[in-house]
Amino acid sequence: MTWLLALDHKRIGILYMLSALLFFLAGGMEAMVMRAQLAAPNLKLISPQIYNQMFTMHGTTMIFLVAMPVLTGFGVYLVPLMIGANQTALPRLGALSFWLQLLGGVLLYFSFATGSAPNAGWFSYAPLSEKPFSPGPGVDFWAFALLLIAAASIGAAINLIVTIATERAPGMTMRLVPLFVWMTFVASVMIVFALPALAAALVMLLSDRLLAAHFFDPAQGGAPLLWQHYFWIFGHPEVYIVVLPAFGMISEIIPVFSRKPIFGYPFVATSTVAIAFLSYGVWAHHMFAVALGRNFLAIFAAASMLIAVPTGMKIFSWIATMWGGSIRFTTAMLFAVAFLLEFTIGGLSGVAFATVPVDWQLTDTYFVVAHIHYVLFGGTVFALLAGVHYWFPKFSGRMLDEKLGHWSFWLVVLGFNTAVFVLHFLGLIGMPRRVYTYPDLPWYGALNLISTIGAAILVFGILLVCANVAMSLFFGAEAGDDPWNAWTLEWAAASPPLAQNFAEVPEVRSRRPLWDRKHPEAPDWMHV
Amino acid sequence: MIAAVVFLVVAVGVILSLVRFRSRGVTTAEPRQVFGSQKLEILWTVVPLMIASGLFVVTVRAMVSIDAPQDSDRPPDLVITGHQWWWEARYPNGVVVPWDIHIPASRRLRARIESADVIHDFWVPDLARKMDAVPGRWSYIWLEADTPGTYAGTCSEFCGAQHAWMRFRVIAQPEQDFEAWLNNEAKATGNDVPDPAELLFRNKCERCHTVVATEPSSGKGPSLAHLASREFLGSGISRNTPENLTLWLTDPQAAKPGNRMPKVPLTGAERTMILGYLEGLR
Repeated sequence: MTWLLALDHKRIGILYMLSALLFFLAGGMEAMVMRAQLAAPNLKLISPQIYNQMFTMHGTTMIFLVAMPVLTGFGVYLVPLMIGANQTALPRLGALSFWLQLLGGVLLYFSFATGSAPNAGWFSYAPLSEKPFSPGPGVDFWAFALLLIAAASIGAAINLIVTIATERAPGMTMRLVPLFVWMTFVASVMIVFALPALAAALVMLLSDRLLAAHFFDPAQGGAPLLWQHYFWIFGHPEVYIVVLPAFGMISEIIPVFSRKPIFGYPFVATSTVAIAFLSYGVWAHHMFAVALGRNFLAIFAAASMLIAVPTGMKIFSWIATMWGGSIRFTTAMLFAVAFLLEFTIGGLSGVAFATVPVDWQLTDTYFVVAHIHYVLFGGTVFALLAGVHYWFPKFSGRMLDEKLGHWSFWLVVLGFNTAVFVLHFLGLIGMPRRVYTYPDLPWYGALNLISTIGAAILVFGILLVCANVAMSLFFGAEAGDDPWNAWTLEWAAASPPLAQNFAEVPEVRSRRPLWDRKHPEAPDWMHV
Repeated sequence: MIAAVVFLVVAVGVILSLVRFRSRGVTTAEPRQVFGSQKLEILWTVVPLMIASGLFVVTVRAMVSIDAPQDSDRPPDLVITGHQWWWEARYPNGVVVPWDIHIPASRRLRARIESADVIHDFWVPDLARKMDAVPGRWSYIWLEADTPGTYAGTCSEFCGAQHAWMRFRVIAQPEQDFEAWLNNEAKATGNDVPDPAELLFRNKCERCHTVVATEPSSGKGPSLAHLASREFLGSGISRNTPENLTLWLTDPQAAKPGNRMPKVPLTGAERTMILGYLEGLR
């Protein structure tokens, strides 16, 4: 009951994380059903209709019910602690956002009970998503659920923006906030500008389906491509919305375990803003296979290549942070380092797609499936796993088991790369994505089987992480306030933090207030 | 190539820092605190910028050489239409052929891509760029095979239940062979005086399936003219054998789950008659 009415940012944060974990397991199960069906050519484990529901629900779940809420959860929990505040600025809006978000998730999954889960893809292109081609109620559930989630995301983002803008400890200017806070701030602003485009498109789709409007029906003068423009004006910033806070986690974890401050803070922070602006100008690279006109495509190709530059700057800054440090290989650091490599693979295949002629061959093949999984799993999920191992002691007051942690790390790395790297080759030899089966062409069966085996290994790795968390909650060693000898304010609070985070508001004079406290002989503010 | 080099640079950077700077033993001493270096930061902004610019130039050049003009006056040599879930080609002489698309080799064809229902994507990896088939829009590609042969193609935009089996082949033939094939396709396949089997077909099937090669298809089902000469059924899901054809007549949803063909009530004798009729359409 106290959890149901909770307004405390730490409880709301935990609720977000737990609901995201639940849906993560559901989305993972959907992925396993698909990998089982694809393990060999011409299998008939499930029908094409069920398969299409599986990949629609997998994509929708992982983006809207896992990536966004779990990052919001980390933000809501950590931001006040990191800026020396005791609460978020708008706790009631924060609580409302969580419950709306959960309601959206429940509504989406309730569609299974009607026997017609959404099956038009997480992108639900019109006119396939229109009534004549998707007559069941699935797409309606999908659209209503996403409307709720869009509202919830905007509410949560406003809460975070206002908190960061108004609740910072004395002395902490915007140039001194930890990078996780900075990047959460930028991602929240992006949510406020991107999600309304999705909401507008959903209202148009629902009008078409339920009120016989014809926004997307070409026979009645509507435009199917209008949906795609709206969806991707939301959809591409969305990628950065679920990646930037992950960048923020990496920017906290790598310095602490390298025992050095982040290399080039102003560049890392500025490049984040550059990404945010550019991300609104690249949406049409999802539509290169449509005949949109050469000049139009060239502009979007240029913007899409350009956005790789600020992203690359960050990678180099993280490497330079490790360089000359004294690196400690905790599980959190292992996941952070693996993130660097996995995300770079995803970033580079992204540049390949910005090259329009490459896109004209490889878009909508398994090469894209590999690309997005290197970005969203190799990027966001690896950073999240690093974050879980880094902040779990703060959340719970107990340490995770490092030995189990190392085992789960290697299982996840092995499973993920085995499952996803081969998908590049499948795309290159011509396998389209979103197919429930495939003919017995050379290499298709073998590569798909390897991928399925990798996915099974990955499941074991993830379950091991969950087991480690569950066991450590009860049997983990006492953490103490500051187990990693870290530098940002959350480590000055108790573990877990008391209802009131800080008995007295800490004074901040640099980006690493706790370094200053531990090293009065050489505080940061002397030379920054 | 460029990607491989960049990845190598990153990987070597990561691994070198890990190996050289791993903490040794329990030491409380902190390493030297370095906060950044503008020179380095500018370097790793400018070099990627230059790589991106070079890539952009190459990209635009390649786009110009690959892409067909969308607004030329030249009439299309071939109109290709995507349906849920089969492809159909229409030739200038009016012949309409489902599934496999025959073309003359070593000729650059201007092909118009259309859709009859939802968005599909026409993709023959070895011959052309992929092109979305958007309802209500005409899009053009160059379709050209340098050497005669059979080239696999598939739909590359999710289009519903049977997106997986919207495969086809492009069969490139020497010019004379292609002309011969096209003339044969244009021939009528029925008898002058309809026999009972043909009448039965007309009664039960013709609302969706034509057998007249030059008649535009109803849009509901593929043209069955010359059916007996086709190698596959259902866009590649099964070979054209009497057993598989019988399955389509008895239970279309078992032959291709989710497809739009309803179950037509037929007695065993009627089924045999229609099967015999279809087997005769060469």
